Amino acid sequence: MSFETAGYQLAPVVPELVLAVGSMALLMLGAYRGQGTTKAVTTLAVLLLVATGVLELWLPAGKLVTFGGSFIVDDFARFLKVLALIGSGVTLVISTEFLADPSRRIFEYAILVLLSTLGMMVLISAGDLISLYLGLELMSLALYVVAASNRDNAKSTEAGLKYFVLGALSSGMLLYGSSLIYGFTGTISFAGIAASAKTANVGLVFGLVFLLAGLCFKVSAVPFHMWTPDVYEGAPTPVTAFFASAPKVAALAVFTRATLTAFPGILGEWQQILVFVAIASMLLGAFAGIGQTNIKRLMGYSSIGHMGFALLGLAAGTPEGAQGVLVYIAIYVAMTLGAFVVILAMKRNGVSVENISDFAGLSRTNPLLAFFFMMLLFSLAGAPPLAGFFAKWYVFVAAVKANMFTLAVIGVLSSVVGAYYYLAIVKTMYFDEPAGRVDPVRVELRTVLAITGLFNIFFFAYPAPLVSMASAAAKSLF
Amino acid sequence: MILPALFFYLFAGVCVASAVMVIVSRNPVHSVLYLILAFVNASGLFVLMGAEFLAMILIVVYVGAVAVLFLFVIMMLDVDFLELREGFIEYLPVGLVIGGIFLFELLLTVGFWVINPGVTKTITAAIPANVPNTEALGLVLYTKYIHYFQLAGMVLLVAMIGAIVLTLRHKASVKRQDINVQNARTPEMAMAMRKVASGQGLSDADAAEWVK
Repeated sequence: MSFETAGYQLAPVVPELVLAVGSMALLMLGAYRGQGTTKAVTTLAVLLLVATGVLELWLPAGKLVTFGGSFIVDDFARFLKVLALIGSGVTLVISTEFLADPSRRIFEYAILVLLSTLGMMVLISAGDLISLYLGLELMSLALYVVAASNRDNAKSTEAGLKYFVLGALSSGMLLYGSSLIYGFTGTISFAGIAASAKTANVGLVFGLVFLLAGLCFKVSAVPFHMWTPDVYEGAPTPVTAFFASAPKVAALAVFTRATLTAFPGILGEWQQILVFVAIASMLLGAFAGIGQTNIKRLMGYSSIGHMGFALLGLAAGTPEGAQGVLVYIAIYVAMTLGAFVVILAMKRNGVSVENISDFAGLSRTNPLLAFFFMMLLFSLAGAPPLAGFFAKWYVFVAAVKANMFTLAVIGVLSSVVGAYYYLAIVKTMYFDEPAGRVDPVRVELRTVLAITGLFNIFFFAYPAPLVSMASAAAKSLF
Repeated sequence: MILPALFFYLFAGVCVASAVMVIVSRNPVHSVLYLILAFVNASGLFVLMGAEFLAMILIVVYVGAVAVLFLFVIMMLDVDFLELREGFIEYLPVGLVIGGIFLFELLLTVGFWVINPGVTKTITAAIPANVPNTEALGLVLYTKYIHYFQLAGMVLLVAMIGAIVLTLRHKASVKRQDINVQNARTPEMAMAMRKVASGQGLSDADAAEWVK
């Protein structure tokens, strides 16, 4: 029994180690110095995320594999990890006000976000089924707790409990699928499964269906979307912003890596599943959002629809498709964070308002806020020349190149239907009688809104860096 | 040859009998005690199979932790077990049907497994020879599977933080012990000498000071 150290270097996991040790150090700081350190812990947590991102980009170029193939760092992983880190960092920045409330001074919030981000990074780098599962659990378990972090609020605890119960169910399905895949291929590593699964057999496809069902739950794709609107509405708004950004990046990353690197031999089988899931998500996101009156619920349905569009790119199963997914998720994160900043900024006399009718006449009470929100909504709807249009463009082009014309046409039609409810909010803001003044917007919210808003408006002028990075990242999977 | 077989039948027989007693005994505390007996016998069966690590883990985890937790729950919660059993006869036919289906499926699977020569009997990693299985686990757990092991540790850390965040409440009314303050206490701080005029007693302000 000699232990081979060849495949077990620690260098590729340095960013994760820094994040893990750093979050435990912050935990000690908070535990020994009390809840008064909430602000310091949150600030240090943001810096820790930045440091992790820098270290991630500092790693040697090319594909690094460690822990016997269960941890992979390639261009794909780097791209999505940096995106997830940005999502988590921005979430912590916009949570400042939420955490400043004396009744909610919980320093553990930042720690849980950090540990959840650690889970996302493991998930994005997962090279086998066990690290996939452990990364997913680490990410989700922290999410269940932050969903219920406003524990004196019945809706928040309900959201946490609902998310936990349904999340446990989806973990069960994922594990069941994983065990079937292991049983029928004799290996858990993605590369090994790809080598073994050249042809479809019933047991393998059965396992694949359950695995994809578990992953669909995490990206909130139809038919595993039921939790999304309730959890989005019930959780505190900064937490909802977090749910809609970083975890979606990680879940979509593992979805892409698992399907493209572990099951390229049975592409036809999972393509059918993805086509169905993509169409159902796009249509449900477009139609179910129409009747909503609560803006957070609406964003929940919007995210279901957007995940449908992203999966449409994946369904193509080509490098262009994977590139489309990456561009889509990057732009989606920018749009969603911007939109949630506006929702966070909507306060009257210190009380948050969440109904769409509360946005009435915003163009006259706070024209700049209204303008940025309008641009973000147009972008979410996919109107040219905003960033959201390019996101959809790349996935549709990939679908058309893969001869999936029907899918592309349904996608375009559902994005037209979905545009209705985004435009309805614009109409409320610009043409309805003002519903009263809104409070001045805090400086950190203004900064994030300006960055995301300007990114959305001016993306068309210089899309090359993001697109070429996504292209390089997608190629590293094939 | 006969001795292991005798022990097998002893452990297996007691195990099945105590499993039956778990269900039929009227007192829930007795049920848990029979459950512990079943666990101990199952671990005896593991020892006979040469899996001494699993045997010890079964005793440490299931008997030492889980069963004791069950006992605590039964003693603390006032669960009326007779009420839980009320519908037993009504649900019996449904239960029998479901049990029958399970038995049928089990026989089908086992039958297929025995008959079909193409089915892989057991998929196992190569078991290292000349190494007891606790040592064999130790050799890979902290080396080959260090990644999984550490990640599982992080998941448990999150579970612990989560439980504390969601349930711990600091109540202002609760008096807490502070050893530093206790050690630094002097007679002057603890005692106050008052001259009390006869027939008057202490005033309310003095009484408030005593409570502190």
